[in-house]
Amino acid sequence: MASKFKGVDYYRLDDLLTDEQKMVRETVRGWVDERVLPIIAKHYQEGTFPRHLVAEMAELGLFGATLPEEYGCAGLDSIAYGLINQELERGDSAVRSFASVQSALVMYPIFTYGSEAQKRRWLPKMAKGEAVGCFGLTEPDAGSDPGSMTTRAVRDGKDWVLNGAKMWITNGTIADVAVVWARSDGGFLGFLVEKGIPGFSAPEMKGKLSLRASVTSELVFEDARVPDSSRLPGAKGLAAPLSCLNQARYGIAWGGVGAAMACYDEALRYAKERVMFDGPIGRFQLVQDKLVRMLADITQGQLLVWRLGQMKDAGTLRHQQVSLAKMQCVAMAREAARNARDILGANGILDEYGAMRHMHNLESVYTYEGTHDIHKLVVGGDITGFEAFRAPVKPAGG
Amino acid sequence: MNILVCIKHVPDTETRVKITPGGKALDFTDANFVVNPYDEFAVEAGLQLKEKKGTGEVTVLTVGGEDAMKSLRQALAMGADKAVLCSDGAFEGSDAWGVARVLAAAARRLPFDVVFCGKHGVGDDNQQVGSLLAALLGVPAVTVVTGLDFDEAGAVRCKREVEGGTEVVRAALPAVVTCQKGLNEPRYPSLKGIMAAKKKEVATFRAADLGLDPASVGRAAAAFVLREYELPPPRPAGRVLAGEVDQQVRELVRLLREEAKVI
Ligand SMILES: Cc1cc2nc3c(=O)[nH]c(=O)nc-3n(C[C@H](O)[C@H](O)[C@H](O)COP(=O)(O)OP(=O)(O)OC[C@H]3O[C@@H](n4cnc5c(N)ncnc54)[C@H](O)[C@@H]3O)c2cc1C
Repeated sequence: MASKFKGVDYYRLDDLLTDEQKMVRETVRGWVDERVLPIIAKHYQEGTFPRHLVAEMAELGLFGATLPEEYGCAGLDSIAYGLINQELERGDSAVRSFASVQSALVMYPIFTYGSEAQKRRWLPKMAKGEAVGCFGLTEPDAGSDPGSMTTRAVRDGKDWVLNGAKMWITNGTIADVAVVWARSDGGFLGFLVEKGIPGFSAPEMKGKLSLRASVTSELVFEDARVPDSSRLPGAKGLAAPLSCLNQARYGIAWGGVGAAMACYDEALRYAKERVMFDGPIGRFQLVQDKLVRMLADITQGQLLVWRLGQMKDAGTLRHQQVSLAKMQCVAMAREAARNARDILGANGILDEYGAMRHMHNLESVYTYEGTHDIHKLVVGGDITGFEAFRAPVKPAGG
Repeated sequence: MNILVCIKHVPDTETRVKITPGGKALDFTDANFVVNPYDEFAVEAGLQLKEKKGTGEVTVLTVGGEDAMKSLRQALAMGADKAVLCSDGAFEGSDAWGVARVLAAAARRLPFDVVFCGKHGVGDDNQQVGSLLAALLGVPAVTVVTGLDFDEAGAVRCKREVEGGTEVVRAALPAVVTCQKGLNEPRYPSLKGIMAAKKKEVATFRAADLGLDPASVGRAAAAFVLREYELPPPRPAGRVLAGEVDQQVRELVRLLREEAKVI
């Protein structure tokens, strides 16, 4: 059936897309309209993840969609993958986050750094949604600076023994397998830790006011013992987890565009219909200013991510370029959500509309996968040659 | 089992219709074209039948221009095995008979046990092609079907919603079945399906390939001549009744009876 959302395409950017890319987008768009939007406010309010959607997303082939068919994946190009993220986040950042973690932060490292046995064991199952994954890098005291992590892996015969704690881990509690990063005597290592092994627990974090339809957890390791065969053999040093984040950020940039499109669409329709002072509020210059700014930002964002996708497939993409897009697209979405919320007046605070839900969600998106400011400093370092986020600490009072 | 599914490439139902100056044609410049929604039920019926039998082939068939390829790809992405595009300048301007003649000529060149169509194509809403196709092929037609069941004896049992109840019709195969909303839930094409669709075979049949005399199809042969398009008159502004509530109610009832003549 034809989908309800008609898209936002002021510059006919659809002409830049292939038929397959459009078909992928229409599929996910229709699914989001039909399956996500009718139920998401309830899950958001109740703070629950709509778990029944996992099987449906798998059926569509959304997980690990760029990975090859031999592992049960769809083998899509990066723009099609981006469009999936755009549409999922148009629904809700929680749904996009789930898919991002599963695809970019778990399937990608297994594919890139895993042994053939690890790939065969996990990838087809994860593509089918029969196994859920999570990615444990951040710790209570190691956020923007993951190199300061304290979770340790110590070799003991054929095994490794893990001790420490991760925090803010999306999907943690519902994951069957956790990609866990830890320091060892030989540098940083990545492990595939299975749910339920002794010494490993993943309690859910409560009290979030953002991304409420997503599961966020702690991962706790108390002498958790894993065989060496569960270590990702190709992952050496922090470059490995950072490369995963780079994949995820690419999708997040597209997701930001999607969230902004949802907010703009809602605000525009509202502005045309809402009557105040004897006519639609869309006739006021101040309201038009907000709508046009949103549209201009979205159009720029769409071009940015499309070009990013081209470079990704051409293999010329630099991680600093991904930083710029993550920073820019999420910031503009955050702004769009606020303006949409404003245009909707009091109705804007109701869960019947998406604006405030997006606005709250985007606060997490603004912070995770590298905060807005960290990405700014990454780009700043790239263009000036001065790496500001490692500024030396001045002794207090000195 | 060989299954044929006839689909039509139509403007999506939310298209705002514009008439070209002169009123002879519709302007589809900004329209988005999709698989006719009723044909999605037909594609789904074909796929489900193949899955149930465990063997066979689903071939989708359309009459249209090169742009109709988009709808064929959509059906292939849903899971159809092959597609056939019947495309020729001679087919342009065909009425329902013309389209049915082309489809019948194509169907005769393909093995089939059953043909699924949508109950009608949105846009023209003629509801004729399925029945005409069956007549041309000399096989039974069961139209506007909401339930399907294939028995071992090689027949199809179809449910049809009729005034106040359900009618069950049994037809020997091969047959043409036209599908109504409620028959099934059309699947979304999976991403793997979309990628696989790129590699599937799409054959193009011209009038000559189908052995069709160009004079028997297209505008020349159309029994149905479209004279002019006209938009419905703009809706007049609503009326607000004044006065006390019971006065308003009395006035409303009077207007409904005497002016609108609905009660
Ligand atoms: C809902 C949610 C889900 C998450 N999911 C995951 C997950 O699945 N896996 C995972 O590993 N992590 C996850 N995270 C963690 C996330 O990646 C971190 O929160 C993020 O990296 C920031 O770290 P922090 O919160 O410790 O902030 P901090 O690093 O303490 O930063 C606090 C503030 O200081 C600023 N700042 C820090 N350093 C500098 C500097 N050098 N220069 C200028 N400003 C600086 C930051 O920009 C920020 O404004 C998630 C977070 C959230 C909120």
